[in-house]
Amino acid sequence: MSEIRFEKVRHGYGDRPVLREVSLTLTERRIGIVGSNGSGKSTLARMINGLVTPTSGRVVVDGLDVAKKGAAVRRRVGFVFTDPDNQIVMPTVAEDLAFSLRRSGASKAEVADRVAETLERFGLAGHADHPAHLLSGGQKQMLAIGAVVIRRPKILVADEPTTLLDLRNTRLVGRVLAELDLQLVVVTHHLDLLADVDRVVVVHDGGIAFDGPPAEAIPAYRALLE
Amino acid sequence: MIGLYRPGTSLLHRLPAGAKLLLLMAAVIAILILVRRPVDVAAALVAVTAAYAVAGFGPRVLLTQLRPLLWMIVVIAAFQVWLTTPARATVVCGVLLATVGAAGLVTLTTRVTAMLDTVGRALGPLRRVGVDPDRVGLLLALTIRLVPVLTDIVRQVSEARKARGLQWSVAALATPVVVRALRTADALGDSLVARGVDDGDDGDDADDGDDRDR
Repeated sequence: MSEIRFEKVRHGYGDRPVLREVSLTLTERRIGIVGSNGSGKSTLARMINGLVTPTSGRVVVDGLDVAKKGAAVRRRVGFVFTDPDNQIVMPTVAEDLAFSLRRSGASKAEVADRVAETLERFGLAGHADHPAHLLSGGQKQMLAIGAVVIRRPKILVADEPTTLLDLRNTRLVGRVLAELDLQLVVVTHHLDLLADVDRVVVVHDGGIAFDGPPAEAIPAYRALLE
Repeated sequence: MIGLYRPGTSLLHRLPAGAKLLLLMAAVIAILILVRRPVDVAAALVAVTAAYAVAGFGPRVLLTQLRPLLWMIVVIAAFQVWLTTPARATVVCGVLLATVGAAGLVTLTTRVTAMLDTVGRALGPLRRVGVDPDRVGLLLALTIRLVPVLTDIVRQVSEARKARGLQWSVAALATPVVVRALRTADALGDSLVARGVDDGDDGDDADDGDDRDR
Protein backbone atom coordinates (compact mmCIF):
# COMPACT_ATOMS: atom_id res chain seq x y z
CA MET A 1 0.00 0.00 0.00
CA SER A 2 1.04 3.57 -0.56
CA GLU A 3 1.92 5.83 2.33
CA ILE A 4 0.12 9.15 2.71
CA ARG A 5 1.79 11.33 5.30
CA PHE A 6 0.60 14.63 6.71
CA GLU A 7 3.46 16.36 8.53
CA LYS A 8 2.37 19.18 10.87
CA VAL A 9 -0.12 20.37 8.29
CA ARG A 10 -1.92 23.63 8.89
CA HIS A 11 -4.33 25.36 6.60
CA GLY A 12 -6.56 28.41 6.79
CA TYR A 13 -8.63 30.69 4.62
CA GLY A 14 -7.66 34.23 5.60
CA ASP A 15 -7.86 34.43 9.38
CA ARG A 16 -10.04 31.33 9.64
CA PRO A 17 -8.06 28.20 10.46
CA VAL A 18 -9.36 25.06 8.76
CA LEU A 19 -6.70 22.57 9.84
CA ARG A 20 -4.59 23.01 12.98
CA GLU A 21 -1.29 21.15 12.79
CA VAL A 22 -2.42 17.73 11.66
CA SER A 23 0.12 14.91 11.63
CA LEU A 24 -1.12 11.63 10.28
CA THR A 25 0.21 8.63 8.38
CA LEU A 26 -2.22 6.56 6.30
CA THR A 27 -1.11 3.18 5.01
CA GLU A 28 -4.27 1.07 5.27
CA ARG A 29 -6.10 -0.23 2.21
CA ARG A 30 -9.47 1.26 3.21
CA ILE A 31 -9.60 4.52 5.11
CA GLY A 32 -12.66 6.55 6.07
CA ILE A 33 -12.72 10.22 7.04
CA VAL A 34 -15.75 11.62 8.86
CA GLY A 35 -16.58 14.93 10.41
CA SER A 36 -19.30 17.52 10.50
CA ASN A 37 -19.63 20.24 7.84
CA GLY A 38 -16.74 22.69 8.04
CA SER A 39 -14.63 20.38 10.21
CA GLY A 40 -11.78 20.35 7.67
CA LYS A 41 -12.19 16.79 6.40
CA SER A 42 -12.58 17.74 2.72
CA THR A 43 -9.59 20.09 2.94
CA LEU A 44 -7.58 17.20 4.37
CA ALA A 45 -8.67 14.92 1.51
CA ARG A 46 -8.03 17.52 -1.19
CA MET A 47 -4.47 17.96 0.03
CA ILE A 48 -3.70 14.37 -0.95
CA ASN A 49 -3.58 15.22 -4.65
CA GLY A 50 -2.61 18.85 -4.43
CA LEU A 51 -5.98 20.55 -4.88
CA VAL A 52 -5.22 22.38 -1.64
CA THR A 53 -1.69 23.26 -0.53
CA PRO A 54 -0.99 23.47 3.21
CA THR A 55 -0.32 26.90 4.66
CA SER A 56 2.49 25.19 6.57
CA GLY A 57 3.71 21.63 6.93
CA ARG A 58 3.68 19.19 4.06
CA VAL A 59 1.81 16.25 2.59
CA VAL A 60 3.87 13.39 1.22
CA VAL A 61 2.56 10.53 -0.92
CA ASP A 62 4.95 7.63 -1.47
CA GLY A 63 7.86 9.91 -0.66
CA LEU A 64 6.70 12.64 -3.08
CA ASP A 65 5.97 16.08 -1.65
CA VAL A 66 2.55 16.97 -3.07
CA ALA A 67 3.40 20.68 -3.24
CA LYS A 68 6.50 20.04 -5.35
CA LYS A 69 5.67 16.93 -7.35
CA GLY A 70 2.01 17.58 -8.09
CA ALA A 71 1.87 15.90 -11.50
CA ALA A 72 3.62 12.75 -10.28
CA VAL A 73 1.33 12.57 -7.26
CA ARG A 74 -1.80 13.03 -9.37
CA ARG A 75 -0.74 10.09 -11.53
CA ARG A 76 -0.88 8.00 -8.35
CA VAL A 77 -3.89 9.63 -6.72
CA GLY A 78 -7.29 9.83 -8.38
CA PHE A 79 -9.99 12.10 -6.98
CA VAL A 80 -13.76 11.71 -7.12
CA PHE A 81 -15.83 14.77 -6.26
CA THR A 82 -19.26 15.03 -4.64
CA ASP A 83 -21.03 16.38 -7.71
CA PRO A 84 -20.22 14.35 -10.84
CA ASP A 85 -21.60 17.16 -13.01
CA ASN A 86 -18.53 19.15 -12.03
CA GLN A 87 -16.24 16.31 -12.99
CA ILE A 88 -17.61 15.21 -16.34
CA VAL A 89 -15.82 17.17 -19.03
CA MET A 90 -16.84 15.65 -22.34
CA PRO A 91 -20.34 15.56 -23.82
CA THR A 92 -20.70 11.79 -24.09
CA VAL A 93 -19.91 8.91 -21.73
CA ALA A 94 -17.23 7.15 -23.80
CA GLU A 95 -15.58 10.44 -24.73
CA ASP A 96 -15.32 11.43 -21.08
CA LEU A 97 -13.62 8.15 -20.22
CA ALA A 98 -11.25 8.54 -23.19
CA PHE A 99 -10.48 12.11 -22.08
CA SER A 100 -8.79 10.71 -18.96
CA LEU A 101 -6.28 8.88 -21.17
CA ARG A 102 -5.56 11.68 -23.62
CA ARG A 103 -2.03 12.24 -22.32
CA SER A 104 -1.35 8.72 -21.14
CA GLY A 105 0.58 7.74 -24.25
CA ALA A 106 -1.86 4.88 -24.90
CA SER A 107 -2.57 4.02 -28.53
CA LYS A 108 -6.05 4.56 -29.99
CA ALA A 109 -6.72 0.83 -29.83
CA GLU A 110 -5.62 0.63 -26.21
CA VAL A 111 -7.76 3.65 -25.30
CA ALA A 112 -10.75 2.00 -27.01
CA ASP A 113 -10.12 -1.26 -25.12
CA ARG A 114 -9.80 0.43 -21.75
CA VAL A 115 -12.88 2.56 -22.37
CA ALA A 116 -14.90 -0.56 -23.32
CA GLU A 117 -13.63 -2.41 -20.25
CA THR A 118 -14.48 0.52 -17.95
CA LEU A 119 -17.94 0.94 -19.47
CA GLU A 120 -18.62 -2.73 -18.78
CA ARG A 121 -17.17 -2.66 -15.29
CA PHE A 122 -19.23 0.34 -14.17
CA GLY A 123 -22.53 -0.73 -15.72
CA LEU A 124 -22.40 1.83 -18.53
CA ALA A 125 -21.92 -0.53 -21.46
CA GLY A 126 -25.14 0.51 -23.18
CA HIS A 127 -24.45 4.20 -22.71
CA ALA A 128 -21.18 4.75 -24.56
CA ASP A 129 -22.55 7.39 -26.93
CA HIS A 130 -25.15 8.67 -24.50
CA PRO A 131 -25.01 12.39 -23.58
CA ALA A 132 -23.45 12.46 -20.11
CA HIS A 133 -25.88 15.09 -18.84
CA LEU A 134 -28.82 12.75 -19.47
CA LEU A 135 -27.51 9.97 -17.19
CA SER A 136 -29.13 9.40 -13.80
CA GLY A 137 -27.33 10.68 -10.70
CA GLY A 138 -26.02 7.21 -9.89
CA GLN A 139 -24.82 6.63 -13.45
CA LYS A 140 -23.09 10.01 -13.47
CA GLN A 141 -21.22 9.13 -10.30
CA MET A 142 -20.29 5.75 -11.82
CA LEU A 143 -18.94 7.60 -14.85
CA ALA A 144 -17.01 9.98 -12.61
CA ILE A 145 -15.45 7.04 -10.72
CA GLY A 146 -14.76 5.19 -13.98
CA ALA A 147 -13.08 8.26 -15.48
CA VAL A 148 -10.67 8.28 -12.55
CA VAL A 149 -10.11 4.54 -12.25
CA ILE A 150 -9.38 4.20 -15.98
CA ARG A 151 -6.08 6.00 -15.31
CA ARG A 152 -5.17 3.15 -12.94
CA PRO A 153 -4.23 5.22 -9.91
CA LYS A 154 -2.77 3.53 -6.84
CA ILE A 155 -4.93 5.60 -4.51
CA LEU A 156 -8.50 6.86 -4.92
CA VAL A 157 -9.74 9.74 -2.79
CA ALA A 158 -13.52 10.13 -2.85
CA ASP A 159 -14.93 13.30 -1.31
CA GLU A 160 -18.51 12.61 -0.23
CA PRO A 161 -19.25 10.56 -3.37
CA THR A 162 -22.75 9.58 -2.22
CA THR A 163 -24.03 12.83 -0.72
CA LEU A 164 -26.20 13.66 -3.75
CA LEU A 165 -27.45 10.10 -4.29
CA ASP A 166 -30.54 8.20 -3.14
CA LEU A 167 -30.21 5.15 -0.93
CA ARG A 168 -30.13 2.67 -3.81
CA ASN A 169 -27.38 4.50 -5.65
CA THR A 170 -25.52 5.15 -2.40
CA ARG A 171 -25.37 1.39 -1.85
CA LEU A 172 -24.37 0.81 -5.47
CA VAL A 173 -21.54 3.35 -5.35
CA GLY A 174 -20.47 2.03 -1.95
CA ARG A 175 -20.29 -1.50 -3.34
CA VAL A 176 -18.31 -0.39 -6.39
CA LEU A 177 -15.85 1.57 -4.26
CA ALA A 178 -15.44 -1.39 -1.89
CA GLU A 179 -14.60 -3.70 -4.81
CA LEU A 180 -11.92 -1.46 -6.32
CA ASP A 181 -8.48 -2.97 -6.25
CA LEU A 182 -6.64 0.08 -4.97
CA GLN A 183 -6.12 2.07 -1.81
CA LEU A 184 -9.25 4.04 -0.97
CA VAL A 185 -9.69 7.15 1.14
CA VAL A 186 -13.37 8.02 1.41
CA VAL A 187 -14.77 11.14 3.02
CA THR A 188 -18.41 10.60 3.85
CA HIS A 189 -21.43 11.36 6.00
CA HIS A 190 -22.89 7.95 5.19
CA LEU A 191 -21.58 5.87 8.06
CA ASP A 192 -22.79 2.66 6.40
CA LEU A 193 -19.95 3.07 3.89
CA LEU A 194 -17.44 2.81 6.71
CA ALA A 195 -18.52 -0.53 8.14
CA ASP A 196 -15.79 -2.49 6.35
CA VAL A 197 -12.95 0.02 6.25
CA ASP A 198 -9.70 -0.60 8.11
CA ARG A 199 -9.45 2.77 9.76
CA VAL A 200 -11.64 5.80 10.42
CA VAL A 201 -10.27 9.28 11.06
CA VAL A 202 -12.70 11.62 12.82
CA VAL A 203 -11.98 15.24 11.98
CA HIS A 204 -13.38 17.87 14.30
CA ASP A 205 -12.75 21.59 14.41
CA GLY A 206 -9.63 21.33 12.26
CA GLY A 207 -8.00 18.54 14.22
CA ILE A 208 -8.11 14.77 14.58
CA ALA A 209 -10.63 13.97 17.29
CA PHE A 210 -10.41 10.18 16.98
CA ASP A 211 -8.48 7.71 14.90
CA GLY A 212 -9.11 3.99 14.99
CA PRO A 213 -11.11 1.05 13.67
CA PRO A 214 -14.73 1.77 12.65
CA ALA A 215 -16.17 -0.14 15.61
CA GLU A 216 -14.60 2.44 17.92
CA ALA A 217 -14.41 5.51 15.71
CA ILE A 218 -18.05 5.65 14.65
CA PRO A 219 -19.44 5.61 18.21
CA ALA A 220 -16.82 8.23 19.11
CA TYR A 221 -18.02 10.38 16.20
CA ARG A 222 -21.65 9.96 17.22
CA ALA A 223 -20.76 10.93 20.79
CA LEU A 224 -18.95 14.00 19.48
CA LEU A 225 -22.08 15.17 17.70
CA GLU A 226 -24.32 14.83 20.76
CA MET B 1 -26.61 22.14 -31.30
CA ILE B 2 -26.10 19.90 -28.32
CA GLY B 3 -28.09 17.12 -29.95
CA LEU B 4 -24.71 15.42 -30.03
CA TYR B 5 -23.42 12.41 -31.82
CA ARG B 6 -25.83 9.67 -32.78
CA PRO B 7 -24.04 6.48 -33.70
CA GLY B 8 -24.47 5.13 -37.20
CA THR B 9 -22.73 3.60 -40.19
CA SER B 10 -23.88 5.95 -42.95
CA LEU B 11 -21.57 7.60 -45.45
CA LEU B 12 -21.75 10.82 -43.44
CA HIS B 13 -20.85 8.99 -40.22
CA ARG B 14 -17.82 7.44 -41.90
CA LEU B 15 -16.58 10.66 -43.48
CA PRO B 16 -13.63 12.23 -41.60
CA ALA B 17 -14.55 15.18 -39.38
CA GLY B 18 -12.31 17.54 -41.36
CA ALA B 19 -14.05 16.64 -44.63
CA LYS B 20 -17.43 17.18 -43.03
CA LEU B 21 -16.42 20.58 -41.71
CA LEU B 22 -15.16 21.58 -45.17
CA LEU B 23 -18.39 20.33 -46.76
CA LEU B 24 -20.37 22.26 -44.17
CA MET B 25 -18.43 25.40 -44.96
CA ALA B 26 -19.04 24.92 -48.69
CA ALA B 27 -22.73 24.25 -48.10
CA VAL B 28 -23.17 27.36 -45.94
CA ILE B 29 -21.41 29.54 -48.53
CA ALA B 30 -23.52 28.01 -51.32
CA ILE B 31 -26.73 28.61 -49.39
CA LEU B 32 -25.77 32.20 -48.61
CA ILE B 33 -24.93 32.92 -52.26
CA LEU B 34 -27.57 30.92 -54.12
CA VAL B 35 -30.70 31.22 -52.01
CA ARG B 36 -32.40 34.37 -53.30
CA ARG B 37 -36.09 33.45 -53.70
CA PRO B 38 -38.60 31.44 -51.64
CA VAL B 39 -38.34 28.64 -54.19
CA ASP B 40 -34.57 28.48 -53.51
CA VAL B 41 -35.35 28.19 -49.79
CA ALA B 42 -37.55 25.20 -50.53
CA ALA B 43 -34.76 23.62 -52.58
CA ALA B 44 -32.19 24.24 -49.81
CA LEU B 45 -34.45 22.75 -47.14
CA VAL B 46 -35.16 19.72 -49.35
CA ALA B 47 -31.41 19.27 -49.83
CA VAL B 48 -30.77 19.46 -46.07
CA THR B 49 -33.62 17.00 -45.41
CA ALA B 50 -32.13 14.68 -48.03
CA ALA B 51 -28.72 14.91 -46.34
CA TYR B 52 -30.38 13.90 -43.06
CA ALA B 53 -31.93 10.94 -44.88
CA VAL B 54 -28.50 9.93 -46.20
CA ALA B 55 -27.30 9.89 -42.58
CA GLY B 56 -30.29 7.75 -41.62
CA PHE B 57 -32.23 10.50 -39.84
CA GLY B 58 -35.85 11.40 -40.52
CA PRO B 59 -37.39 14.90 -40.63
CA ARG B 60 -38.19 14.64 -36.92
CA VAL B 61 -34.47 14.68 -36.04
CA LEU B 62 -34.03 17.76 -38.24
CA LEU B 63 -36.94 19.46 -36.48
CA THR B 64 -35.39 18.62 -33.10
CA GLN B 65 -32.23 20.41 -34.20
CA LEU B 66 -34.18 23.45 -35.35
CA ARG B 67 -36.64 23.68 -32.46
CA PRO B 68 -34.40 25.87 -30.20
CA LEU B 69 -34.22 28.34 -33.09
CA LEU B 70 -37.95 28.69 -33.69
CA TRP B 71 -38.68 31.58 -31.32
CA MET B 72 -35.82 33.52 -32.88
CA ILE B 73 -37.16 32.74 -36.36
CA VAL B 74 -40.56 34.13 -35.37
CA VAL B 75 -38.99 37.39 -34.17
CA ILE B 76 -36.75 37.72 -37.25
CA ALA B 77 -39.62 36.89 -39.60
CA ALA B 78 -41.84 39.53 -37.97
CA PHE B 79 -39.12 42.18 -38.31
CA GLN B 80 -38.36 41.21 -41.90
CA VAL B 81 -42.03 41.31 -42.91
CA TRP B 82 -42.35 44.70 -41.23
CA LEU B 83 -39.15 46.16 -42.72
CA THR B 84 -38.98 44.39 -46.11
CA THR B 85 -41.31 41.87 -47.77
CA PRO B 86 -42.74 38.45 -46.90
CA ALA B 87 -40.57 36.95 -49.67
CA ARG B 88 -37.42 38.45 -48.15
CA ALA B 89 -38.48 37.23 -44.69
CA THR B 90 -38.87 33.72 -46.11
CA VAL B 91 -35.38 33.85 -47.63
CA VAL B 92 -33.68 35.18 -44.46
CA CYS B 93 -35.41 32.67 -42.17
CA GLY B 94 -34.94 29.84 -44.67
CA VAL B 95 -31.20 30.49 -44.96
CA LEU B 96 -30.94 30.45 -41.16
CA LEU B 97 -32.88 27.18 -40.87
CA ALA B 98 -30.95 25.46 -43.67
CA THR B 99 -27.52 26.44 -42.34
CA VAL B 100 -28.31 25.51 -38.73
CA GLY B 101 -29.83 22.25 -39.96
CA ALA B 102 -26.66 21.47 -41.92
CA ALA B 103 -24.46 22.31 -38.92
CA GLY B 104 -26.65 20.11 -36.73
CA LEU B 105 -26.11 17.21 -39.11
CA VAL B 106 -22.35 17.51 -38.66
CA THR B 107 -22.68 17.36 -34.85
CA LEU B 108 -25.08 14.41 -35.14
CA THR B 109 -22.69 12.37 -37.26
CA THR B 110 -19.36 13.36 -35.68
CA ARG B 111 -17.95 12.51 -32.28
CA VAL B 112 -16.79 15.55 -30.34
CA THR B 113 -13.37 13.94 -29.91
CA ALA B 114 -13.03 13.58 -33.71
CA MET B 115 -14.02 17.23 -34.07
CA LEU B 116 -11.45 18.24 -31.44
CA ASP B 117 -8.71 16.22 -33.15
CA THR B 118 -9.51 18.05 -36.38
CA VAL B 119 -9.49 21.45 -34.66
CA GLY B 120 -6.21 20.49 -32.99
CA ARG B 121 -4.64 19.55 -36.32
CA ALA B 122 -5.99 22.65 -38.04
CA LEU B 123 -4.60 24.90 -35.31
CA GLY B 124 -1.29 23.03 -35.13
CA PRO B 125 0.66 25.63 -37.16
CA LEU B 126 -0.45 28.30 -34.70
CA ARG B 127 1.65 26.71 -31.96
CA ARG B 128 4.49 28.88 -33.24
CA VAL B 129 2.59 32.00 -32.21
CA GLY B 130 1.69 30.64 -28.79
CA VAL B 131 -1.71 29.06 -29.48
CA ASP B 132 -2.23 25.75 -27.66
CA PRO B 133 -4.52 23.64 -29.93
CA ASP B 134 -5.21 21.17 -27.09
CA ARG B 135 -6.45 23.98 -24.92
CA VAL B 136 -8.64 25.40 -27.70
CA GLY B 137 -10.09 21.92 -28.24
CA LEU B 138 -10.75 21.52 -24.52
CA LEU B 139 -12.40 24.94 -24.48
CA LEU B 140 -14.76 23.88 -27.28
CA ALA B 141 -15.58 20.59 -25.56
CA LEU B 142 -16.29 22.35 -22.28
CA THR B 143 -18.49 24.89 -24.04
CA ILE B 144 -20.62 22.09 -25.48
CA ARG B 145 -20.61 20.19 -22.19
CA LEU B 146 -21.59 23.21 -20.08
CA VAL B 147 -24.67 24.19 -22.09
CA PRO B 148 -26.89 21.59 -20.34
CA VAL B 149 -25.24 22.32 -16.98
CA LEU B 150 -26.04 26.04 -17.22
CA THR B 151 -29.52 25.31 -18.55
CA ASP B 152 -30.11 23.17 -15.48
CA ILE B 153 -28.84 25.90 -13.16
CA VAL B 154 -31.19 28.45 -14.74
CA ARG B 155 -34.11 26.00 -14.48
CA GLN B 156 -33.44 25.27 -10.80
CA VAL B 157 -33.02 28.95 -9.90
CA SER B 158 -36.19 29.84 -11.84
CA GLU B 159 -38.13 27.23 -9.89
CA ALA B 160 -36.72 28.51 -6.59
CA ARG B 161 -37.60 32.07 -7.60
CA LYS B 162 -41.15 31.04 -8.44
CA ALA B 163 -41.48 29.13 -5.16
CA ARG B 164 -40.55 32.31 -3.30
CA GLY B 165 -43.09 34.36 -5.27
CA LEU B 166 -40.37 36.42 -6.96
CA GLN B 167 -41.01 35.34 -10.54
CA TRP B 168 -40.68 38.92 -11.86
CA SER B 169 -37.46 39.74 -10.03
CA VAL B 170 -34.47 39.83 -12.39
CA ALA B 171 -32.07 40.03 -9.42
CA ALA B 172 -33.57 36.87 -7.90
CA LEU B 173 -32.72 35.06 -11.13
CA ALA B 174 -29.44 36.67 -12.18
CA THR B 175 -27.64 36.70 -8.81
CA PRO B 176 -27.96 32.99 -7.93
CA VAL B 177 -27.33 31.97 -11.55
CA VAL B 178 -24.09 33.96 -11.70
CA VAL B 179 -22.99 32.72 -8.26
CA ARG B 180 -23.75 29.09 -9.11
CA ALA B 181 -22.16 29.39 -12.55
CA LEU B 182 -18.97 30.74 -10.98
CA ARG B 183 -18.98 27.98 -8.35
CA THR B 184 -19.47 25.40 -11.08
CA ALA B 185 -16.57 26.89 -13.04
CA ASP B 186 -14.42 26.76 -9.90
CA ALA B 187 -15.35 23.14 -9.21
CA LEU B 188 -14.77 22.20 -12.83
CA GLY B 189 -11.34 23.82 -12.64
CA ASP B 190 -10.54 21.66 -9.60
CA SER B 191 -11.73 18.59 -11.43
CA LEU B 192 -9.55 19.37 -14.46
CA VAL B 193 -6.54 19.75 -12.15
CA ALA B 194 -7.42 16.47 -10.40
CA ARG B 195 -7.70 14.74 -13.79
CA GLY B 196 -4.21 15.92 -14.64
CA VAL B 197 -5.17 18.21 -17.53
CA ASP B 198 -2.28 20.57 -16.91
CA ASP B 199 0.17 17.88 -15.88
CA GLY B 200 2.96 17.17 -18.31
CA ASP B 201 4.27 13.78 -19.28
CA ASP B 202 7.36 14.26 -17.16
CA GLY B 203 8.43 11.68 -14.65
CA ASP B 204 8.41 11.66 -10.87
CA ASP B 205 11.45 13.89 -10.71
CA ALA B 206 9.77 16.77 -12.46
CA ASP B 207 9.25 19.78 -10.30
CA ASP B 208 5.80 20.72 -11.48
CA GLY B 209 5.16 23.82 -9.44
CA ASP B 210 1.65 23.85 -10.78
CA ASP B 211 -0.27 23.42 -7.59
CA ARG B 212 -3.05 25.60 -6.56
CA ASP B 213 -4.59 26.68 -3.36
CA ARG B 214 -8.15 27.60 -2.68
